[in-house]
Amino acid sequence: MKIRIKFAKYGVMKFIGHLDMMRFFQKAIRRAGIDIRYSEGFSPHQIMSFAAPLGVGIESCGEYMDIEVLSMTSAEDMKQALNRVMVEGVEILSVNVMPDNVKNAMASVAAASYRIAMKAEDFQGNPAPAVFPIGDLAGKLREFYSQETIPYTKETKKSVAELDLKQGLYELETDSDGAIRMLVNAGSSGNIKPTMVFDKFCEFAGMDVSQDACQVTRLEIYTDQAKDGEPHRFVPLSDVGEQG
Amino acid sequence: MRKPALSDDILMRVEKPARYIGNEVNSVVKDKEQVAIRFAMCFPDVYEIGMSHLGIQIIYSMLNEWEDVWCERVYSPWVDLDEIMRKRHIPLFGLESQEPVKDMDFLGITIQYEMCYTNILQILDLAQIPLSAKERGEDMPIVIGGGPCAYNPEPIAEFFDLFYIGEGETQYRPLFDWYLENRAAGGTRLDFLRGAAKIPGIYVPQFYEELYREDGTILGRKKLYEDLPDTITKELVMDVTSAPYPLKPVVPFIKVTQDRVVLEIQRGCIRGCRFCQAGQLYRPVRERDADKLKEYAAAMLESTGHEEISLSSLSSSDYTQLNELLDFMIGDCGRKHVNISLPSLRIDAFSLDVMSKVQDVKKSSLTFAPEAGSQRLRDVINKGLTEEVILKGAALAFEGGWTRVKLYFMLGLPTETEEDVRGIGDLSNKIAATFFDTVPKEKRVNGKVQIVTSTSFFIPKPFTPFQWAAMCTKEEFIDKAYQTKQGIMEQLNQKSIKYNWHEADVSVLEGVFARGDRRVAKVILEAYKRGCLFDSWSEYFHNDVWLSCFADCGPDIGFYTTRERAEDEIFPWDFIDCGVTKEFLLREWKKAQAQAVSPNCKEQCQGCGASRFGVGVCHERKTGNHL
Repeated sequence: MKIRIKFAKYGVMKFIGHLDMMRFFQKAIRRAGIDIRYSEGFSPHQIMSFAAPLGVGIESCGEYMDIEVLSMTSAEDMKQALNRVMVEGVEILSVNVMPDNVKNAMASVAAASYRIAMKAEDFQGNPAPAVFPIGDLAGKLREFYSQETIPYTKETKKSVAELDLKQGLYELETDSDGAIRMLVNAGSSGNIKPTMVFDKFCEFAGMDVSQDACQVTRLEIYTDQAKDGEPHRFVPLSDVGEQG
Repeated sequence: MRKPALSDDILMRVEKPARYIGNEVNSVVKDKEQVAIRFAMCFPDVYEIGMSHLGIQIIYSMLNEWEDVWCERVYSPWVDLDEIMRKRHIPLFGLESQEPVKDMDFLGITIQYEMCYTNILQILDLAQIPLSAKERGEDMPIVIGGGPCAYNPEPIAEFFDLFYIGEGETQYRPLFDWYLENRAAGGTRLDFLRGAAKIPGIYVPQFYEELYREDGTILGRKKLYEDLPDTITKELVMDVTSAPYPLKPVVPFIKVTQDRVVLEIQRGCIRGCRFCQAGQLYRPVRERDADKLKEYAAAMLESTGHEEISLSSLSSSDYTQLNELLDFMIGDCGRKHVNISLPSLRIDAFSLDVMSKVQDVKKSSLTFAPEAGSQRLRDVINKGLTEEVILKGAALAFEGGWTRVKLYFMLGLPTETEEDVRGIGDLSNKIAATFFDTVPKEKRVNGKVQIVTSTSFFIPKPFTPFQWAAMCTKEEFIDKAYQTKQGIMEQLNQKSIKYNWHEADVSVLEGVFARGDRRVAKVILEAYKRGCLFDSWSEYFHNDVWLSCFADCGPDIGFYTTRERAEDEIFPWDFIDCGVTKEFLLREWKKAQAQAVSPNCKEQCQGCGASRFGVGVCHERKTGNHL
């Protein structure tokens, strides 16, 4: 049976990297006594895959992993059993039994939504205003987004690439708390990072905010259920299969 | 959620922030208002090393079982964070509360190896606790040292308020009760230390002075108060089976050295190898009951979710219930997809059978520790492993499909000759030859065998028969390593043998600290001030700085290392009674020089002195003289 688990990761747990989170869940699944399927061979491993690695320092309320189990009572039982063995800062939000023919989480990822907010504390732990130092944030975001193209130079150790962020930036707006929300391409090709958009916006708006002063949160990961040629139809990864 | 002691920008900049955030599965968080004693338990090395240490987990779990105590963990901040904490004056904190160590009642530091001494100073310094015990005010934590290096505490004595000598399970409650009583009565720090000095196993160094002769050797010791004990006897768990055990060990987020459930099957060792300090310190051998261990295994696998389990002891093959325990583990753990990592077992038909069940024979290697290249020298060190046994074991293993063998030797052992050194290459070669004799050509995987021969340099340790012995100079060590290499190069099967050797510089320093006295402290302090830290990490070991500190501070390295001690010399650690007597050790030193072997504890009691504790192997023997 294929199971899709949605979880949140926040607080100090944002400092635990992707590989260590995988190790954490491997042990948690043993502690919870889940009858997970193991691979064949001399050193069997649990059948487990994550939708999309989350960068260190980013919080999330929409992380996904898929596992395969040999038996289970109910999705709700599994959710409770897992939550009993979590640590503060990791919370199981839902457990879904997936149809057998569903694509695995990693292959399904098309887009992800993010929130970027000013931290309520400065780097020395003193209280700081939790809003961006800019007058009309909503207006500036609209102005930024209405550009035909948003060129971005991506530099890695090996190469320099010219991207157009506009291609992968599906939505950009402010929320009622004065934070920035965006929906970006998170698929295997053409994906962009929220910090790329944020850097470009800061430059555009003349806003001097360091990334240290901001908290990035991944809100949700989506799959695209549009057929070929249709406009995107983004659906959260958890909205596939029976909810537990 | 508790607020981390370090801000986001720091945690984003340092390597492996998970070292500093706490919050691990099974870590214990208590309400600080509800506890009477706050204890910071420290392993003065990086998190991944410290978290792998069983002793800390035992004490952590035991102390936290007590309602009035909250024990937290502390490890050495790595060099990147060290720099930031100094620059920003961030006090060192406990992982659980994320609050400063300096606000706690105790800081307990386990001292597992000599090369962590500068890290002890780092811990104190970052915690903003004065380095010297005498400079600490009433509000500072009581700094306790423990672990094997506490058996010669003198080189680091001035940095500690007290040392706990021996096994940690026994005296913390009396020590805490006295602490609370003294605090309730409005007593001072000095009052506490005066009382603590009367608790068995507790040593308060500032109440004693070391006196020297003109030639630099020790004349004796002077006590500040008449009622202080002259001798500190080590503490010992009488019944290991009912002793506290950490059934819910802390599970780290990041990969650490020992990332598995560890079952300590017994304490002590019956063998009596003459170079080995642990073999003397933990006498007498006491076994844990196998049924209890089975219970522990199940409980710990469930509470941690670890996918691997291992046995721990000084010599697992001597554990009388080994077959029963391994049978259980192979059956039970196999079902749960739990890997079994076997400790070094003596290689014989039984152990090979077990290993073939739990390991991939093609990938794993076999380990032999002959320690010396010739039978003559193995007799000197009382290592009861003969060439015949090694070759027979190797032949069995090669028949079973193993093709990789690791060999461990020491260079610079007392009485060692060029012939003994050449024996290392000869033995390595014979093992390779055994492969070619045993395994027919058509059955050879890749057609070859891989022998990895490693040597370390012998360092005489306190409370061993070799505590009187001279240690080699750095130049002698390097020459011996060169001779070993030459010896291997001359072998017929030299292409099958890979040779590794240990650094000589750091061994010399370890030799100074191991048998040092109080005069060594100022060198350690000076080296720390000049930036020495993480000396056990070769990339951070600065031999030139250490040598300049010795030159500037006075003590002569050779006095501590290359000097053979007279039989009647008073050692800095003589005031500690570790269970075995100095008379026994001297007898063994003389037997070593006569190349005479001593039977192990199960064969015949050698009268080491440990039988007076009234427990363990000394009282299980059916034959032999009882002394």
